[in-house]
Amino acid sequence: MINQTITLTAFGYFGKSFLDKVAEAVKYEFPFPVRIIESHVDLAEYFDPSRRQYDGNKLLKSVNKLARQDTGKTIGLFDVDLYIPILTYIFGQAILNGETGIASTYRLSNEHYGLEPDHELLLQRFTKVVIHELGHAFGLIHCTTPTCVMRPSTYVEDIDQKGLHFCQQCKGKL
Amino acid sequence: MGKKISILVVDDEDSVRDSLTNWFLEDGFQVECAENAKKALQLLEHTQYDIILADIKMPGMDGLEMLKRIKALKTDAIVIMMTAFATVNTAVIALKDGAFDYITKPFDPDDLSHLIRNASKQISLAKENETLKTKVIALESVEDLIGNSQAMKHVLDQVESVAQSNASVIITGESGTGKELVARAIHANSSRKYYPLVSVHCGALTESLLESELFGHEKGAFTGAIYNRKGRFEMADSGTIFLDEIATITPKMQVELLRVLETKTFVRVGGNKEISSDFRVICATNRDLKTLVKQGIFREDLYYRLNVVNINVPPLRERVEDIPLLVDYFIGKYCTKMNKPIVTMDDAAIKRLEAYSFPGNIRELENMIERAIVIGTEKRIMLKDLPFGKEMIDSSVESLEDFERTFILQILNKYNWNITQTAKALKVDRVTLYNKIKKYDLKPD
Repeated sequence: MINQTITLTAFGYFGKSFLDKVAEAVKYEFPFPVRIIESHVDLAEYFDPSRRQYDGNKLLKSVNKLARQDTGKTIGLFDVDLYIPILTYIFGQAILNGETGIASTYRLSNEHYGLEPDHELLLQRFTKVVIHELGHAFGLIHCTTPTCVMRPSTYVEDIDQKGLHFCQQCKGKL
Repeated sequence: MGKKISILVVDDEDSVRDSLTNWFLEDGFQVECAENAKKALQLLEHTQYDIILADIKMPGMDGLEMLKRIKALKTDAIVIMMTAFATVNTAVIALKDGAFDYITKPFDPDDLSHLIRNASKQISLAKENETLKTKVIALESVEDLIGNSQAMKHVLDQVESVAQSNASVIITGESGTGKELVARAIHANSSRKYYPLVSVHCGALTESLLESELFGHEKGAFTGAIYNRKGRFEMADSGTIFLDEIATITPKMQVELLRVLETKTFVRVGGNKEISSDFRVICATNRDLKTLVKQGIFREDLYYRLNVVNINVPPLRERVEDIPLLVDYFIGKYCTKMNKPIVTMDDAAIKRLEAYSFPGNIRELENMIERAIVIGTEKRIMLKDLPFGKEMIDSSVESLEDFERTFILQILNKYNWNITQTAKALKVDRVTLYNKIKKYDLKPD
């Protein structure tokens, strides 16, 4: 693994301590400096009124354009409902072996499912999605180890079931 | 699964192709895309894909038409159709035309994962099935025809060379030599192996029964014909028909058979529709067909039609060196079948078997081993466990002394070397028995 920086770019409203905790967990998994920056895109351009969701593919391309690619990997952090044309929703996505990825808190909060808010759980879920997408950006594909963070998750419950870390095999591939 | 599963995505929308490509790459699949049906069919001409995920509504050739063409290519690929317009009608058409499943765009991530998981499982099963089939065939042909002797190697060489052709084969050999196994091995090694091998024992059926058995019959053709019935020739379509004891068929059936072999068409008994069938014929007989031809019992033209290749299976007495191998094979077979621990055979018993003439050939040896395993209680099959009575001690004894030696040893073994019981059975006193043991230098096994 060559030396590079991981950039977490916040495109929505996130509390500072929330982002610091995500960055700390990311730093624990990857041996690179992690920095947090804030940026802005006009989300209206990405909104699909018929689906009432934001186009993840377009957002990924924009994040890719904005990112300083020479510095390493960038994950764009959002708080809106993401979709890609073929799927009803996504938690996040990244370009395999690419420079960028995106992740959103929108479908990770308990409130979205009519449950009591749980800030800690949201933080955990979001951190897992961010590390998962970074894993893809570093070339990792989905893993079948139940506890590995690279295990695919299509429901929020799947995210809760897996761990926050890479399994030994995935760690070895990084 | 060792090899990565390959997926071909066919959709006219860039965003759909890109999204699916990314999604499948993250899952570790190999992905290729085509923007229309024509391009997909071009790719399919030279590349094999495990799964094809295709949109139904595309400009030009639509997905349903493409599905038909894919099926016509006889590819093993699993085709999943996707559409933004979910109607039961299109789904039913797609499924009827051979699609594996159907999914409506946009799909739930879990539905897509589930679908691909199911398709992958299906691919694994198909591949596993293929591997097992190959293994079973290999096992069948290797396990059934056992022998390291030159005579048996020659038979195996002939089987191998004749298997790939479509030539008719006559297998000759004494009763019990394994002629049907040779026929099975030919079939299993031929390109017809995935189609049926249909056996008919001609000797066991009367002329009219054989006719109905071979050609089938129509309902009402004769008393008792209450249903239409397919004949064995029809059942053997694309496969092989094995006609055992061919020498026993009547002159009328010989004519019928000749006609079928020449035209590969026939009419069911009581019917009038000509049916054609593509089969390969293998016959077996324990009689000398050439002599029967000379005697006018067997038709010469049929003989030459059948006897394109002749494989002669040697009798067991001409391949004595195969006996230990065969013994091991049958012991394994029957111990497993009877849930008994695998036993071994005593050297003296093996020697005795090697000295025996085996008029019933391998079938007789097999029965002997089965019997010995049924009645045996020890870890070894001893000479006493084999059914060699006085009448069977014929081939190994050449003098009265030899006979006496073998007979006394046999009785001693029978009574586990209990001198009193053996002497009593032989109707001699114990001293005489001791003298005989000393004279012939007899020792327990």
